[in-house]
Amino acid sequence: MELLGIDVLFKGSNMIRLLQGLWVSVEISLISVIISIVLGLLFGVFMTWKNPVAKVISRIYLEIVRIMPQLVLLFIVFFGFSSAFGVHISAELSAVIVFSFWGVGEMGDLVRGALVSIPKHQYESAEALGMSKAQVYYHIVIPQAVRRLIPMSINLVTRMIKTTSLVMMIGVVEVMKVGQQIIEANRMVSPNAVFGIYGTILLLYFLICWPVSMLANHLEKKWN
Amino acid sequence: MTEPLLRIEHLKKAYGDNVVLKDISVDVAPGEVIVVIGPSGCGKSTFLRCINGLEPIQGGSVRIDGEEVDPGSKNISKLRQRIGMVFQSYELFPHKTVIDNVMLSPLKVQKRPKAEVKEEALALLERVGLKEKAGSFPRELSGGQKQRVAIARALAMQPEVLLLDEITAALDPEMVREVLDVILDLAREGKTMIIVTHEMSFARAVADRVLFFDGGEIVEEDIPERFFTAPRTERAQKFLHTFEFEAVREHEAAPQEQQQA
Repeated sequence: MELLGIDVLFKGSNMIRLLQGLWVSVEISLISVIISIVLGLLFGVFMTWKNPVAKVISRIYLEIVRIMPQLVLLFIVFFGFSSAFGVHISAELSAVIVFSFWGVGEMGDLVRGALVSIPKHQYESAEALGMSKAQVYYHIVIPQAVRRLIPMSINLVTRMIKTTSLVMMIGVVEVMKVGQQIIEANRMVSPNAVFGIYGTILLLYFLICWPVSMLANHLEKKWN
Repeated sequence: MTEPLLRIEHLKKAYGDNVVLKDISVDVAPGEVIVVIGPSGCGKSTFLRCINGLEPIQGGSVRIDGEEVDPGSKNISKLRQRIGMVFQSYELFPHKTVIDNVMLSPLKVQKRPKAEVKEEALALLERVGLKEKAGSFPRELSGGQKQRVAIARALAMQPEVLLLDEITAALDPEMVREVLDVILDLAREGKTMIIVTHEMSFARAVADRVLFFDGGEIVEEDIPERFFTAPRTERAQKFLHTFEFEAVREHEAAPQEQQQA
């Protein structure tokens, strides 16, 4: 135990603090994921519009989301905005803004992909059966699009959860930051804590992401 | 002559400058089976799509029982229920079982009672020989089976006219028969149909009247017996000739006995 530095976990309230840090990570992920799903659905529909202005806007947005590293976005929002415009945005809020900005773009692209993957003939054969536009979407297009969408969007969710580990860089006290603090505090007495604490954090992330990932696999098998 | 069930007058369809249908007028009597043939790109499929209001038209009109089929109008859904359509690529809904595919429109569009719809759907599936596949998903079926389900699905709306758009073109040859037999049965029962097909012997067997399309117009129109044996126009003769092959080598009529010795 001492060799691996796991004993540090059981000192004082270390474990509780670590779990509290984890909760901060989960909270940021959860809020961002919900915003991403709701706005991403709308953005995805917007991306399928034939309007050239809509096309340019969605193109630029998506390229920014894809090209910019999340860390740079975090720094721009947290440090950049306060120095340039004098607006102070809290670290947690900055994190939610950046992760939502990212998530909406990626989710939108997934929604767009799912919608355009439904062949034109599916719409037509549904219309030929006398269905109204709304019925075609409700009975034919959306059920098929959702089946294609869910496995991919769950993967996006796990990526978002993992990437929240970056927000310690702007001072959010989440699980990584708490881990760092614990390691620092015990540097003299248990130098091995580095392994034990980071190993524990690894396990905690795994425990959160694994069920989500399993759900994606399960749904993929069920529907394909 | 009885009142036509379907009256198509001066139908014109163009994509921009590209005129696909020039000036098509056809009356279809109740119970009549019309077969449309012609080279690819002659507008046959577009013709069917216009009848079902899947394409906006640039001139003329399509009327069923006097009511105009207009893709922009509010009651287009009502009219489409009277006109069934089967596509080349089947287009079953992959997320629904066979029976749910068949029951979808009667339940959700026509809002008929479920018990009645189910009974009728099973009867239709039995008729196309697929009752035992009711609970299967489309991906578990062969092409011929999928197409028969698509026919049952179109029939479930109890349409007055059935439009068949090259329904065997995507099928392997050995599956063509099982699908066409269903159509022959429907013809015997007096179903009004407009059929676009490349199967000439089927066309000849099923048609009351053959329309030969070329270049967006009806070039020749006749009963099948005359059309297939003595087409009047040169274009029809040329087209029918593409289905015939002449022997390139000569062979003995019968095997010679001395070769076996």
